[in-house]
Amino acid sequence: MRSSGIFKTQGRTLFAWGVFAILMGVFLSVHPRGASLGVFTTWSNQCAALALLAVGQTIVVLSKGIDLSIGPIMALANCIASHLVNGSPSEIAFGVVIVIATGAICGLINGLVVVVGKLQAIIATLAAGAIFTGLALLVRPIPGGDISVGLSDAMTMEAFGVVPSAVLVMLGAVALWYPIRRHPIGRSIIAVGSSEAAAEASGLNVARAKIAAYALGGVFAALGGLFIGFQTLSGDPSIGLTYTLNSIAAVVIGGTMLTGGAGSVVGSIAGALVLRTIGSLIFFIGLQPLAQPLFEGTVLLIAVSFGATRLLKIKNRMEVFQ
Amino acid sequence: MPETSAFLKLDGISKHYGGVFALNNVHFEASKASIHAILGENGAGKSTLMKSLVGVVHPEEGSILLEGQRLRMSGSGDAAEHGIVCIFQELSIVPDLNVAANICLADPPRTRLGLIDRKKQARLARETLQDMGVGLDIDVHSKVADLPLSKRQIVEIAKAVIRKPKVLILDEATSALTAADVEPVMALLRRLRDEGTLILFISHRMHEVEALADTCSVFRNGEHVETFATGSRSDEEIVQMMIGKPLSQIFPEKAGETPEAPPYLETSGLSWNDKLKGVDLDVRPCEIVGLGGLDGQGQQEVLQALAGVLRGVAGHIRIGEQTEVPNGPRGGLTEGYRVALVPEDRKTGGLFLPQSIANNLTAPILERISPRGVVSGSEEHARIDEMIRTLQIKVSSADLAVSTLSGGNQQKVVIAKWLATKPKLLLLIDPTRGIDVGTKQEIYRLLRDLANDGLAILFYTTDYDELIGLCDRALVMYDGRINAELSGDQLTEQNILSSALNMGVGAEERVS
Repeated sequence: MRSSGIFKTQGRTLFAWGVFAILMGVFLSVHPRGASLGVFTTWSNQCAALALLAVGQTIVVLSKGIDLSIGPIMALANCIASHLVNGSPSEIAFGVVIVIATGAICGLINGLVVVVGKLQAIIATLAAGAIFTGLALLVRPIPGGDISVGLSDAMTMEAFGVVPSAVLVMLGAVALWYPIRRHPIGRSIIAVGSSEAAAEASGLNVARAKIAAYALGGVFAALGGLFIGFQTLSGDPSIGLTYTLNSIAAVVIGGTMLTGGAGSVVGSIAGALVLRTIGSLIFFIGLQPLAQPLFEGTVLLIAVSFGATRLLKIKNRMEVFQ
Repeated sequence: MPETSAFLKLDGISKHYGGVFALNNVHFEASKASIHAILGENGAGKSTLMKSLVGVVHPEEGSILLEGQRLRMSGSGDAAEHGIVCIFQELSIVPDLNVAANICLADPPRTRLGLIDRKKQARLARETLQDMGVGLDIDVHSKVADLPLSKRQIVEIAKAVIRKPKVLILDEATSALTAADVEPVMALLRRLRDEGTLILFISHRMHEVEALADTCSVFRNGEHVETFATGSRSDEEIVQMMIGKPLSQIFPEKAGETPEAPPYLETSGLSWNDKLKGVDLDVRPCEIVGLGGLDGQGQQEVLQALAGVLRGVAGHIRIGEQTEVPNGPRGGLTEGYRVALVPEDRKTGGLFLPQSIANNLTAPILERISPRGVVSGSEEHARIDEMIRTLQIKVSSADLAVSTLSGGNQQKVVIAKWLATKPKLLLLIDPTRGIDVGTKQEIYRLLRDLANDGLAILFYTTDYDELIGLCDRALVMYDGRINAELSGDQLTEQNILSSALNMGVGAEERVS
């Protein structure tokens, strides 16, 4: 391929990683312990759950949908995990399977409501989100429960003493998505997001593609909930709130178009890292933690503005609207 | 004639929407290894018929038989299983995927792991294009969104051909092709026919139908009127069958002499990006001037530049008293310029499809009919009634969504809404594309009447018949410049074609 190709096709992804690299540089230079494995581990633990949700949200957004219930699904999964992911290894494995299945079922319900019920995704998933939050509250009315300490340590410390496990989790999320992307299901998700009419006319199974996108989104949300459990060793029904909007912000910073069809999971992970690194940075610089939304919002706005710079180069006014 | 036994047979197909029959007890047969043209005005039921064949529309009554087998289909995937593939008028390609992925979209080659084999996919796509003999300059790795419309149409055709259909349906599939690509596509269709494919061909271009089809079937008001061998009926007879009434003449009479008034529009050295390389032209009041030539030689850009759509236009322009272009379509509403551009695609740039006909019609003149900042209801109604009457738009109520109208009536709404701004220069991009003969004729009449009333009209058309029949002068563009100006006896298909191909007017050889 041509050498300029990567900038043309992956420019937004590279941009997100560039922003992240700058923030990371600043973060490491202000951190009292500097660039050490311990710092990386703590930092990556804070990032992983949001990164997983961002991946899930990206898949839904690629299909031209949106999932406002992704945070509540994560909370529900987290609460179920606090009941089931403990005890003997086989019990833990069973619990993990149930948690992931819960995410898949929640996503499936979203997909069915959107596709079969023909409701708009934004309102259908908003309502579903309230239902999932309610379920999470029923499962665990107040924070608590128990999650396997052994597994939690394995997932939140370093693997082989050299790489933070959370980094591997994020890489694993990408490794999960790429085969799907190259599978006909993944391609039909992108095709549907890019032009639903064209996908339908081409004989692709549009309904299956959309439902699959939501179900995959649910699976990644459940993985996120599981990871939160590993961090806190407990379940908390109220954690979902901020995650939904942050996952969308991460998707946008990562360069995925909310209009569907174009974007990248790798970019969304960078978006999640950017948002989380801002949080850590504010803490270590000593700024008011309350000001965090201000900075996150500013970065989001700048990222979106950079994405829109191509509009300035357009010499045909009508193309601005395409 | 090829085989006599029916290869494809429709038996008593009916489909209605509300109280209106889109198809009414249609009996229709077509044979293997033939090219069968389906003719009819918009709303005659052609598209519903084709959609029934590919399983997108489900008829309430009747059955479809292919090779004697009754077909049951729930979507275009099923139809393709039976070997019926349609090249849609509305493009069915996915803009964010590359050319190869689009061509192989329905059935991508897989690796042993079940994933899509991208190398093989690219090879298949290249082979298909090579085999078709068109679009050889298309890079199969480029994103479809980056290709011009005519190339996208070729991808669309490749996407159907790669499935090796038994029945291939083309719904206006040649209307977006460049003149240079039409001939190889026709050759391809003939070859597919000789290999045994039944090709059902919908086109409003009569010369293409005559050149290509073995058999023609005419539809009118959802009914099958007649099927006959191509060439056994005259054009006049066919048109009469389509509209159900005699047609005296398609094009209105021309003005004859060049009007004496000074040009309302004058440009010299008009240039923009690498698309326009110095365009000199003028248009007088009472005159219809056509822009022709191969697709993509800068014709659209000339019109867009004059309407103020393009940024960074260089060269001298005079419109009315002003020596500059308006600043966007809004600028054309001001007193000095009086320019209106009827855009190419009525469904995107021309109309608010879900909104009412009334809202569409008054959109550009809202400020004029709002004396105290509020839209005056009585004024608005008066304007709307006037427009519907003048353009003979067939509507039961102006409050219906404009999407409920047929293509021809939608186009009338687009033209009406711009005429409401009382322009002195009207720019149109392919105003009759995909419109039935009857409405075309009404639009020609309208444009001529407007010209007679003093309007200066400049329009781009891909249809040579329009350049010859409607225009007082035709400007043929080639590579961002006006290559020839033709009028009177010079205005012939041969001259247009030879200057479109940059061979010079009066070239001895007959270009085919």
